[in-house]
Amino acid sequence: MQYKSQAVAKPYFIAAIALFVAQVLFGLIMGLQYVVGDFLFPEIPFNVARMVHTNALIVWLLMAFMGASYYLVPEEAETELYSPGLATLMFWVFLVAAALTVAGYLLLSYSTLADVTMNKLLPTMGREFLEQPTITKIGIVIVALAFLFNIGMTILRGRKTVINLVLLMGLTGLAVFFLFAFYNPDNLVLDKYFWWWVVHLWVEGVWELILGAILAFVLVKTTGVDREVIEKWLYVIIAMTLITGIIGTGHHYYWIGAPEYWQWWGSIFSAMEPIPFFMMTVFAFNIVNKRRRDHPNKPAMLWALGTAVMAFLGAGVWGFLHTLSPVNYYTHGSQITAAHGHMAFYGAYVMINITIISYAMPLLRGRNAANPLKSQVWEMWSFWLMTIAMVFITLFLTGAGILQAYLQRMGENPQPFMVVQEQISLFYWLREIAGVIFLIGLVVYIASFFVGQNDPEAATES
Amino acid sequence: MAQPFTKIVARNIFYGGTAFFFLLFLALTFDTMGQLPQRDNRAALSGELGPVITKGKLIWEENNCIGCHTLLGEGAYFAPELGNVYQRYGNSTDAIKAFIASRPAEGIPGRRSMPQFNFSDEELTAIAEFLKYVSEINTANWPPNIQG
Repeated sequence: MQYKSQAVAKPYFIAAIALFVAQVLFGLIMGLQYVVGDFLFPEIPFNVARMVHTNALIVWLLMAFMGASYYLVPEEAETELYSPGLATLMFWVFLVAAALTVAGYLLLSYSTLADVTMNKLLPTMGREFLEQPTITKIGIVIVALAFLFNIGMTILRGRKTVINLVLLMGLTGLAVFFLFAFYNPDNLVLDKYFWWWVVHLWVEGVWELILGAILAFVLVKTTGVDREVIEKWLYVIIAMTLITGIIGTGHHYYWIGAPEYWQWWGSIFSAMEPIPFFMMTVFAFNIVNKRRRDHPNKPAMLWALGTAVMAFLGAGVWGFLHTLSPVNYYTHGSQITAAHGHMAFYGAYVMINITIISYAMPLLRGRNAANPLKSQVWEMWSFWLMTIAMVFITLFLTGAGILQAYLQRMGENPQPFMVVQEQISLFYWLREIAGVIFLIGLVVYIASFFVGQNDPEAATES
Repeated sequence: MAQPFTKIVARNIFYGGTAFFFLLFLALTFDTMGQLPQRDNRAALSGELGPVITKGKLIWEENNCIGCHTLLGEGAYFAPELGNVYQRYGNSTDAIKAFIASRPAEGIPGRRSMPQFNFSDEELTAIAEFLKYVSEINTANWPPNIQG
């Protein structure tokens, strides 16, 4: 750690991991409800478990993005953070808001939560991923603005690197497009059209800038490869991301009432969305092969390479699988969508955040470069357990989705939704087992922070 | 002589490409806004039942229906698609109301069940009219068949 204000990142990372645990636990509840329909009913109905699952994911990814920014921006800018106090204050505001919101989901019925938070004054609730009470959304905007101010001022007064500028553009885009969460017209088609300006332009747009910047930072630090080379790659990757991804939004406009030309625009441009992810994979391996040093933090390198591969598979390959409109006609809103969502979020955003946590946490905890060997071995085990479990979750959901599309939408005698669900329950059981393996991997990951802590730090081999 | 592919070239492609395609996206959005009135069934919203449909959408949202169901294919995949439920239930808002009203409060042993929301008749009407309005949006023939 080169600047002492980087230390504000630590609570962000810890809270992110805690919310990750909550996310996975509620995922397992939902997975069981798929096959044991009355599990925890009516205490925790499926929709509540799903809100906690997806909202915990979003909040912990945002927390980790913020932690990553507070860690890497001062180091890139070569100056202390503009206001560490503001960063710490905003951490507590964000954490308390998130905790209250989750408590509201679990303790109140959703309609009661809507009433007590006065949703009717400015109705924004009850839309997928944007279920948070309006007041929570306003809180998110305040935290995001304070965060952007803090990061922006730090960059302004320090060295302006490409990594910092790309990160700042991504974070600014994140805040700007979130504002569409407040637009909720009565007209459902308009509602859905602009809802995607939050959801798609986040995860297939500006978040990829954040992902690219964090990956580039970790590669600069761990490989010692010339910054010029890495920055050029970064520009090319994010250029392709936005060139394909912005019009690629059209793949969500096929069946929601928008004009049919979106089937052409969406299919063609989103078919190219795997390109930047493939470039990212080539980039990461290329840079690691050219490394000028062997960094002693092996797990950080593993997570960085893992991010590149899994993001390409999850977002690129599994996205392409159902993005062409003639295919999507049969797969839209099926388990294929769920399969893609799981591997894409894990591969791109979960893994990049664990990458920066893996790189930064040993330094934040006062080490020179890396954890002791035993801790690293545990962390690498957790990498394989979680990653392989996620591959199988994705494969089982894909199997379920193919059968679902065929039995419900393509065969000679299309069958009702619930009849089909029972026929494919084997795949849901297998998915749940893979989910348990994932949880075991997560436990191992957390344990890696505690094992072998009194051993000497791992040293560079070469 | 070919220019070397430098960082500055890459940067310019990023800024130029992003600006161009974002403007193209805005232009397509502008065109879409012009075409939506012929497709999105907004006549229903300005008609006699408009306020009822609007109320139905609010009830839909404030009970997190999207947390289990899909609507035009978007939402959760735990319960049936509702964009065409009006047609699936024989073009009957009464059938939709009766189904929602009849859900057992304690669920169905071993099976998925929709919660009992204890809606008033007026609220049930609003939801059913909202779903009828949605079913009349031009969705390019999606879903492929009545099962959703």
